[in-house]
Amino acid sequence: MEKNESLDLYYQMVIIRRLEEKAAELYQQGKIGGFLHLYIGQEAVSTGLLSVRQPEDRVITAYRDHGVAVNMGISPDEIMAELLGKASGCSSGKGGSMHLADVEKNFFGGHAIVGAHLPLAAGLALADQYKQNKSITICLFGDGSTNIGYFHEALNLSKVWNLPVLWVCENNKYGMGTSVERSSAVSEIQIKASGYNMKSDQVDGMNIIKVRHTASRMLAEIRDGGGPQLLEVETYRYVGHSMGDPERYRTQAEVIKWREDDPIGIYRNHLINEKTATGMELDEIDRNAEQVINKAVLFAESSPEPAPEDLFAHIYNEKEGEVI
Amino acid sequence: MARITMREAISQALWEEMERDPNVFIMGQEVGVWGGTYAVTKGFYDHFGEKRVRDTPISEAAIIGSTIGAAINGLRPVAELMTINFAFSAMEHIVNEAAKLHYMFGGQMELPLVIRTPGGGGRQLGATHSQTPDVIFAHFPGLIVISPGDPYDAKGLLKSAIRSNDPVLFIENATLYQVRGEVPAGEYTVPIGKSSVKRTGKDLTLITYSKMLGTSLKAAEELSRDGIEVEIVDLRTLRPIDMEPVINSFMKTNRAVIVEEGWKSFGIGAEVAAQIYEKAFDYVDAPILRVAQKEVPLPYNQYLEQLALPQVEDVIRAVKETING
Repeated sequence: MEKNESLDLYYQMVIIRRLEEKAAELYQQGKIGGFLHLYIGQEAVSTGLLSVRQPEDRVITAYRDHGVAVNMGISPDEIMAELLGKASGCSSGKGGSMHLADVEKNFFGGHAIVGAHLPLAAGLALADQYKQNKSITICLFGDGSTNIGYFHEALNLSKVWNLPVLWVCENNKYGMGTSVERSSAVSEIQIKASGYNMKSDQVDGMNIIKVRHTASRMLAEIRDGGGPQLLEVETYRYVGHSMGDPERYRTQAEVIKWREDDPIGIYRNHLINEKTATGMELDEIDRNAEQVINKAVLFAESSPEPAPEDLFAHIYNEKEGEVI
Repeated sequence: MARITMREAISQALWEEMERDPNVFIMGQEVGVWGGTYAVTKGFYDHFGEKRVRDTPISEAAIIGSTIGAAINGLRPVAELMTINFAFSAMEHIVNEAAKLHYMFGGQMELPLVIRTPGGGGRQLGATHSQTPDVIFAHFPGLIVISPGDPYDAKGLLKSAIRSNDPVLFIENATLYQVRGEVPAGEYTVPIGKSSVKRTGKDLTLITYSKMLGTSLKAAEELSRDGIEVEIVDLRTLRPIDMEPVINSFMKTNRAVIVEEGWKSFGIGAEVAAQIYEKAFDYVDAPILRVAQKEVPLPYNQYLEQLALPQVEDVIRAVKETING
């Protein structure tokens, strides 16, 4: 990896961390409404995974989508504006935290119903297979969604039709407050792939180098026509499921233990140990990221609310109130 | 003009649109090798091949979910659900994804998706396979719901639906597949979201759609012998509903009966009557009546089933009651 690429990965992870911390603050101030699911602790998963994609690959994820949005190149300005419901947000203020997207960048959105976007991912891949494109669809979802029917229907269809999909389960150990052990017949999620005769692997999601290594190998096999695969990424969210989570289901000691494996800290040490960058260079990136996020907040707060007539815009694709 | 069946009309629309646009493809249970459980896609698999006529597992959420994914990624899928009763297994994807993606992402995603599905009762299929739940789907903004009553409209509306960039639920009444009607040989389309006056009359407005169009036309003939001339408005599209021809007709006749195959409570009739009261209250000369299915799960027994479904005599009775008071 080139030095600037290595540092860009660090920058993306820090941007996600700062963005999420700021979002939590704005939520507590009442400036962000609805639900807010933070990605703190999981930054290495999407950053590593999406750094080895090709530009033509399609990406779709669940509602914990801010990190993916950053990695897909949506500006922090547009993300923050969407969180504040502003017209300048990436979904025009209509979607909110759970529905960030930028189709032109091949990011087909955060989706708020657990598991429901998995069949959509199969369809994205079907369209590319149909048109003989080289694109792969990368679909992220949580451990909780592997217990709903959509997961099984989508994995089955993808295997039956040999669709180019990388299924990526972010196993952060809890579906809301219910642990994997209490909700899934198998706690090693990748085993579920065997029911569909599908190749799978497992990787430490706190280490971005390992995520990149495993994901790029699997993507290469899929791009060669090998069919869909399932990647289980072991990770952990340091904060609650959403804001206002009482966190009665886990101990502080458990959270502290995982915090020792902070994905940003691990990567920072790696960069310094490998002499890719000095601590001072990385501190400079930290300060820069902080400024970018502060600027994003200013942009979002000073952006106008959607106009009242926007209420009726985009119900149908044809002109407002009119269809063919 | 040739007199062809509804099945042939729908089949022609699909065939022509697939010939016209290589991005149009069909997928669903038994649409390919079998030829469609109602034989609508008979011959398609041999002509268009397995890439464009795709047999799926019995997996409704995957069928609808993946056709949504294919639609937002540049294809124009026509999904087939074997019956509308199976749409409940794909409810999440129809109402929470198809109806919402365009709006929820600020207009970024286009969904040129058609979901074709047969519905309706009267074939002794029992309570779970005989429903007319059209109104449930018509409740959701963002979805287009079409249900044609004759072969001409079926062909023209299906072609419009396939060319539309919005998600369309296209409901075909299974007992109409054998019904014949005049369909021109050449290319034509019928606009989505436009009601149509199917019979003119001065005494009362009958508002209906799908199979009940035929029932209403039969009732109208018999009523004509008694000197009562009803005007019939076929809604054709349930969402977005086109009330203009209904209101225009009602302002002339001042009386209305709504005929639908589904249950009366919270139904299409309730919606249409409410809109007439809202928009033309000064023209109301008599209470607006509804003819609809009895409030029971449809039984298997053929006599009981027919007792539950709206019949020509029910329409005649309601019209006479409205006119005579």
